[in-house]
Amino acid sequence: MSTHTLSVLVENSPGVLARVAGLFSRRAYNIDSLAVGPTENPDISRMTIVINVESHSLEQVIRQLDKLVNVIHIAELKLDDSVQAELLLVKISATSKNRFDVDAVLETYGATIVDEDSESLTVEATGDAAKISDLLNALERFGIRELAQSGLVAIERGSGSLADRTLSTQSIPTADSGQADYQN
Amino acid sequence: MSKKMSGASSLVQSLESAGVDVMFGIPGGAILPAYDPIFDSSIRHILVRHEQGAGHAATGYAQVTGRVGVCIATSGPGATNLVTPLADAAMDSVPLVAITGQVPSAAIGTDAFQEADIRGITMPFTKHNYLITDPKDIPRAIAEAFHIAGSGRPGPVLVDIAKDALQKETDFVYPSQLSLPGYHPQIEPTSQSIKDAAALIAQSAKPVFYVGGGVIKANASKELLQLAELVGAPVVTTLMALGSFPDSHPQHFGMPGMHGTVGAVTALQKADLLITLGARFDDRVTGKLSTFAVHAKVIHADIDPAEIGKNRFADVPVVGDLKHTIAALIPAVKAEFAKGRADLAPWLASMNKLRATYPLGYDTPQDGSLSPQYVIERISALTGPEAIYVAGVGQHQMWAAQFVKYENPRTWLNSGGLGTMGYAVPAAMGAKVGAPDKIVWAIDGDGCFQMTNQELVTCALNNIPIKVAIINNESLGMVRQWQTLFYEGRYSNTNLESKRVPDFVKLADAMGCVGLTCDRPEDVDAIIKQANSINDQPVVVDFRVFRDAMVWPMVAAGTSNDDIKIAREMAPDWDSQEL
Repeated sequence: MSTHTLSVLVENSPGVLARVAGLFSRRAYNIDSLAVGPTENPDISRMTIVINVESHSLEQVIRQLDKLVNVIHIAELKLDDSVQAELLLVKISATSKNRFDVDAVLETYGATIVDEDSESLTVEATGDAAKISDLLNALERFGIRELAQSGLVAIERGSGSLADRTLSTQSIPTADSGQADYQN
Repeated sequence: MSKKMSGASSLVQSLESAGVDVMFGIPGGAILPAYDPIFDSSIRHILVRHEQGAGHAATGYAQVTGRVGVCIATSGPGATNLVTPLADAAMDSVPLVAITGQVPSAAIGTDAFQEADIRGITMPFTKHNYLITDPKDIPRAIAEAFHIAGSGRPGPVLVDIAKDALQKETDFVYPSQLSLPGYHPQIEPTSQSIKDAAALIAQSAKPVFYVGGGVIKANASKELLQLAELVGAPVVTTLMALGSFPDSHPQHFGMPGMHGTVGAVTALQKADLLITLGARFDDRVTGKLSTFAVHAKVIHADIDPAEIGKNRFADVPVVGDLKHTIAALIPAVKAEFAKGRADLAPWLASMNKLRATYPLGYDTPQDGSLSPQYVIERISALTGPEAIYVAGVGQHQMWAAQFVKYENPRTWLNSGGLGTMGYAVPAAMGAKVGAPDKIVWAIDGDGCFQMTNQELVTCALNNIPIKVAIINNESLGMVRQWQTLFYEGRYSNTNLESKRVPDFVKLADAMGCVGLTCDRPEDVDAIIKQANSINDQPVVVDFRVFRDAMVWPMVAAGTSNDDIKIAREMAPDWDSQEL
């Protein structure tokens, strides 16, 4: 089993998430994480899907996904060729006694405080899975009260864009798709 | 130029613009606005008795004509009754468009009367589906639905339309262009894939054509015949491909799979190359996958890239429309052969010997009762290969696959992938509507027949004179066969008692059909001839057959094709074969 990050451009239309999620469920593919959001084009959303599969079924996953009419393009983003990040919001126990230690950890990981009261701090951090996991380990000793984590989002390194390369808006004349009798 | 009209009229005009000439359906509350313009439309609407019948009829029509079949139903139960035929059409790649009414858009999500999330329900087994709540979207959705259903690997598309979208006024413009950025089936195979395939064919000393239903969908029978004769290899046609290559052709080895011929099953097992055309390595063909054709390289040609490598690794994948693919293979193979090719003579000699040693056959019942295989063999012999044969699911289906002689594509219809009991009568109805000049025989089981026979009323009232042969063994015969073989003859709930109740002759009569009965071998021919001579009414023949007849050969589920049995406990004598 190995982990793969797929960047999937889909039409921004109702039901697309259900179609993709349903496909994964009925074909028994495991999703590690899924993040959906808008792109630079309002008609298109990007799903970043992290899956755990054998390489053989990665090909199957991609081909089955590609059969969904609303799926425009799928690319596998390799770790070396992409920037990947998750968002973490974590609420930790923090009082005036340990505040100095907490600040030191947050500084190390570039995390920021987004909310605080007398007993707790809410911290926001972004980064790849390893960094987020290390940060959580470091914060554990203060006491984690609650955490929320997003799925991974990723983008290709360099100046290229998936959408540029794939969005051919080639149109199909409806006359070709009518009810022609078959010729055998 | 746009015209003002209701969403309902826009729907009907869109269907007309898409070239629809017939549709099968039943009205109800949510779809009712559409039925008003249907009343005036040039489209023939056939009022069925159950929505499942509408769906299978649309499938029968599509399978026979190659056109997109259309069915229409109301929301809720009307729509859910289409679920089985849609799943059936998805499994067998049948181009279908289903139109359903939905509750008014403001009521969606409130558990309103007759509300069902049919778009959600059908997502797993439609090629695509729509929920339309704005009337301006209707023409585009219909145009896209027909394009998606009929192109690439065909399949069912559902268009669910909220009642208020049908009622509101809108501008009707049928789109002349479609834009589907995520949908672009590959029609032309790459020249490299054709070259690689041709090279493998020339090197192979033991090739076999493994032909699936895709050849029929692509209307590529002529091309297949040319390529097959050029290569000279044995041809096996799967359950979905019967008729794509003539049964009478000397290269034809029959059907592979669980109930395939010894020749076809063994040819695949012993081959060094499978030339796979529009087939999908289904478990009923491969048996235990890890033991299937272990010595063979695989050329896998299919229009659906997701089929490549799904079950079996393909040495040479060829993605494209099979008509184009096979046409391209012919000159490429010729060119390779000109450079030289392997000698097929030893392979053909051993395969021909095997085929001659183990032809299809059956035992005549000792008690003088009617043999089901004999009945089906005679229907075929007396009706001929121009007729259309439609089966349900079970023993009678396998016998119809084995003992009807198919010479032409689109003359054999059955529920191959989903295995839908009750398919035959409504599918035969749709087939007859699509091919009114052909004789259409439904070869059905007594169990299947009792699931959907009410569509004979539709046939009787709409001048759709199909013929139904009920192969009445008063059992769920295939299940009973498995109970015989694998459950020590404990016949739990497979006894239908259908030689006692119902009286099929009276039932036929009550539904406006001619009802006949036959239980003696010597009467079979006369009854079939009588049925064939009736063309103004549907005919139902109750063939009361030997109960314990079994389907052979058989590869038990989950076992290797190498363990094929030609009768109970009886394997072919492999030692006497030089393979």
